[in-house]
Amino acid sequence: MKILVTSKRVTDPDMKIKVKADGTGIVTDGMNYKVNPFDEIAIEEALRIKEKGGGAEVVVVGIGGKDAALEIRSGLAMGADRGIHVLCEQAVDSSVVAQILAKVYETEKPDFVIMGKQAVDDDSNQAAQMLAGALGVPQACFASKVELAGDAKSARVTREVDGGLETIEVTFPAVLTADLRLNEPRYASLPGIMKAKKKKIDEIPVASLGVDTNPRVKFVKMTEPPTRKAGVKVADVPTLVQKLKEEAKVI
Amino acid sequence: MISFELSPEQEMLRKSIREFAEGEIKPRAVELDEKEEFDTALVKKMGEMGLFGMFVSEEYGGSHAGYLSYIIAVEEVARVDGSAAATVAAGNSLGIGPIYYFGSDEQKQKYLPKLCTGQALAGFGLTEPNAGSDAGGSKTSALPDDNGWVINGSKIFITNAANPLTSVVTVQAVTGKKEDGKKEYSCILVEPGTMGFVAKEMHGKLMWRSSNTAELYFDDCRVPAENILGKRGEGFHQMLKTLDGGRLSIGAMALGGAQGAFEMALRYSQERVQFGRPICKNQVIAFKLADMATQIEAARNLLYKACWLRENRKPFGKEAAMAKLFCSEVFKFVATEAVQIHGGYGLMKEYHVERFFRDQKLLEIGEGTSEIQRIVISRHLGV
Repeated sequence: MKILVTSKRVTDPDMKIKVKADGTGIVTDGMNYKVNPFDEIAIEEALRIKEKGGGAEVVVVGIGGKDAALEIRSGLAMGADRGIHVLCEQAVDSSVVAQILAKVYETEKPDFVIMGKQAVDDDSNQAAQMLAGALGVPQACFASKVELAGDAKSARVTREVDGGLETIEVTFPAVLTADLRLNEPRYASLPGIMKAKKKKIDEIPVASLGVDTNPRVKFVKMTEPPTRKAGVKVADVPTLVQKLKEEAKVI
Repeated sequence: MISFELSPEQEMLRKSIREFAEGEIKPRAVELDEKEEFDTALVKKMGEMGLFGMFVSEEYGGSHAGYLSYIIAVEEVARVDGSAAATVAAGNSLGIGPIYYFGSDEQKQKYLPKLCTGQALAGFGLTEPNAGSDAGGSKTSALPDDNGWVINGSKIFITNAANPLTSVVTVQAVTGKKEDGKKEYSCILVEPGTMGFVAKEMHGKLMWRSSNTAELYFDDCRVPAENILGKRGEGFHQMLKTLDGGRLSIGAMALGGAQGAFEMALRYSQERVQFGRPICKNQVIAFKLADMATQIEAARNLLYKACWLRENRKPFGKEAAMAKLFCSEVFKFVATEAVQIHGGYGLMKEYHVERFFRDQKLLEIGEGTSEIQRIVISRHLGV
């Protein structure tokens, strides 16, 4: 069995970000990067499936410039077997990512793909769905539980949907995405990091894949959220109630 | 060639240990400190992360990641908690170090694999009630008899030596007189449970309250002849070599602690509003933060250089003493200012910075006081 997972390099969500004055993006000087936390959950799930037996190979894919290799290496340090680095310096949108992953899928022919439900930097939540569409395979997104069938040809996936949980069955090949509650990813241990040093990462220039890398989404402008206006103090409860009724119109 | 770049593995290690420390150590640190409780489950978790045996070769269960990687790991643990960092630093430098560097192959095979996974811990018994800075004044003796050694005496302030995981203690003892009339020292391995050996946990500490500190008593304690570490008469030399390396990890604890205290102070100063604006907007606070950051940067460069010397097999004794001295004094300055910036809240136990303020003090005393470091450095200067 072969499982394809993704590892996107994203800005550290715990850091404060600043929008550039001209609105063309965020200030990246001194910024820390890490693996998209949802991708970490996807990698963890693939590793758990592998560790249950059956001898699965876990292949981790990343798209980006030279620096993105570190996040692929992080996936290998967690325990993935092999890496694929699609070298791509330009910015990509979900559609381009889906097309690139489709090409990787065609060469690798994994049993299934599992990736984060979305990346915490742009929060698009589209790449997996577009990938399933491009490949013409079933999708099971926002998984909070994944159970493989005995013959490993399909999976029963519990999805987090509005108002509750939905359980569906998908036959492989398929595209799955990991939601927050699927598992708690492991920390990369030092022995894991040392082993990862010896694992192979294949570098593939994006140009060699024959993918139209022009983004479909046009980036217009980035702005900081408006600063909150100062509140007002009211003299007594009747005034408060009156304001809530007449101005805020909430009661 | 000067390079200030860490390897990708070291970058990844720092990130991973930081996440581990934030997620697994920090949440219980205040409680364990308050209860003065040593958490063996945490030791095992730290072992799974690979925090023990980082400079040990793979044949004995280590990860052979290098000394700087070890120092970075200690720094990251100390950034959230001094006690956990003490367990790691003492476990490696004082527990694993002497056995790995001076032990026979048999001794290494016997102890190192378990010590390197955190399933076991080892102590290093040097200090005695009446022999601290004056290590040459130690009185614990080991006299040879037909079956091995008979040990008598006591040791004090021995980290990791009295807990359920302790598998062995390296004890420095007087084993006779040399030809020039000076005392002859040797290191001898003693396992818990040996008749005549008692290890007692020490309580009532100001700092490192959730690390394990022990008093050791030897009363006609007999161990076999093969328990000697290396050769007879090499104990003093082994101790000096062990302390040279130990100083680097004390430096790492101080540097990590200073970094943690600084980050707390920085965040607090940005959030705490007085006179209508965050206190960091006052120049008096901003300049404190600038001084703290500058001192930490200088400390890190000195410590990493000492590690570089060691990794490249160059003499590093002077720089190790300088790094231990400077890092621990920087931590004292940073911890004091960090509490000052926190004001009244910095005096409360629910704020981590209060614990850092206490934990800091040990680093100017343990493994050679700041005064002793100055003696070591001045001797290197030839004065």
